Amino acid sequence: MGEVSLIDISKRFTLHLEGKAHSVQALDRVSFTVRNGEVVVLIGPSGCGKTTALRVTMGLERATSGRVTVDGREVKTCGYDRGMVFQHAELLPWLTALENVMFGLEMKGMRGAVLRETAMRYLDLVGLKESAARRPHQLSGGMQQRVGIARALAIDPAVLLMDEPFGALDAQTRESMQAELLDIHARTKKTILFVTHDLDEAVMLADRIVVMRAGRIQDVVEVPLPRPRGDLGVIRGTPAFAETRYRIWRAVHGAETRH
Amino acid sequence: MSPDDDAVDLETVPGPSAEPGVSASPTRRVPRWAVTVVSLIVMLTAWEFFGRQVNPIFGSYPTAIAEAFWDLVLSGKLAAALVQSLQPFIVGYGLAILVGVPLGLVIGRFWVLEAALGIYVTAGYAMPLVALVPLLMLWLGLGFAVKAAVVLLMSIFPITINTWLGVTAVPKSLIEVGKAFVASDATILRRIILPATLPYIMAGIRLAVGRAVVAMVIAEFFTTISGLGAIIINSANNFDTATMFVPIIVLMVLATGLNWFIGQVERWVAPWQAEISGRDSH
Repeated sequence: MGEVSLIDISKRFTLHLEGKAHSVQALDRVSFTVRNGEVVVLIGPSGCGKTTALRVTMGLERATSGRVTVDGREVKTCGYDRGMVFQHAELLPWLTALENVMFGLEMKGMRGAVLRETAMRYLDLVGLKESAARRPHQLSGGMQQRVGIARALAIDPAVLLMDEPFGALDAQTRESMQAELLDIHARTKKTILFVTHDLDEAVMLADRIVVMRAGRIQDVVEVPLPRPRGDLGVIRGTPAFAETRYRIWRAVHGAETRH
Repeated sequence: MSPDDDAVDLETVPGPSAEPGVSASPTRRVPRWAVTVVSLIVMLTAWEFFGRQVNPIFGSYPTAIAEAFWDLVLSGKLAAALVQSLQPFIVGYGLAILVGVPLGLVIGRFWVLEAALGIYVTAGYAMPLVALVPLLMLWLGLGFAVKAAVVLLMSIFPITINTWLGVTAVPKSLIEVGKAFVASDATILRRIILPATLPYIMAGIRLAVGRAVVAMVIAEFFTTISGLGAIIINSANNFDTATMFVPIIVLMVLATGLNWFIGQVERWVAPWQAEISGRDSH
């Protein structure tokens, strides 16, 4: 199970600039559903509301109106049915890689030997079994984000919410992380809602792409690429990839020129 | 698992075996302690030279102080005074840590408490405590309690203020990690905010050492004259300047030692901090 729906979500907040209060409509009646096992990518220029939509889904922010449901149940606060992967991993610097993965499990109430075993299993899933005893500053950016993914996956959420998780990585690392994520998705069949501003990344990962502009959904694009995606270098050269990428580019770009 | 990104990144990541001192300053050949020792020798020599030129009532010099120190040690007066002084010091300073840290944590975490208690802490830091000692004596008498209270009141505020500042400096994103895993407020405070604030707490505890030592002597001057403070006052009254300097120097050495000890404790409770900043000593 793992179906997430945003139903008519609006989010308005007040921004204080030079002493004046501005009301900002971050999200304007946004509705979409991520089906069980599907990867949906939210894309759009910065300030379009994609991250806000993800944070509302997680429960880190409250919507002004509208509802979020996970498997039909309405959610208002954070819960173990959703696992969050943060933009800069946000590992706790005083804990080792293993302890960081254990953190979420401990919060969920897991104790004893099974706690360490479970955390180790997820660390192994992201290929970091050997680095379990390292602290975050002893890990590369890519490794840190893999620990972040393991931490979110370990609590076995219905859906994985990812906020530009590879945005801070260099191009090579980012590509290997994308392949990694596709592999993890193939193995765990998790529902994933993924925020990015990178067109290639969106097409590479998504089943469907939701293009946002100024707090609204501009377009929803199905990605006609088969799963498993296989070699990403090969996928990149296919006409389907280029066409989808162009379609999204137009939707995003059109938004930018209209500013 | 493709190791691509590791191969690229690992070289720039310091492994656990990397020597922190080397990375901090690759050009440093002279050890840190040697610089300190040379500095001390130069200072003591200059003091000895210029100190011998003046009337022993108006000043003293290291060898005379060392002689007075030895006399006080042999007579057992110094040890007795030290024990007498340290008791209220330890109780007052210990209570300041035990109360000050949790107080700073909750003030920094909950805006209601910040609004309600923050002003007292800020004002208390600037409180001219010496002026209040007579009043404290009326409340607590002349003995142990008032001395411990003076030490407590002098040293609690830097600890609380630093802890409070540290809490406000914790990145919001780390607190959101706790929220995302449905941690309670108490758990977030204990598992995320406390460790993230530790460097600030330890800095506050260090700042408080100096104030606590000063408070201890003030208390000994103004309440029952006792301990190291008594040696200072009595020898000053007898124009025995060299002996007067002995407890002063003992206190400075004590504070420096305590400072070093707290630094060691910090490296033990927060080892990641020294690793991140790449410092080998403080």
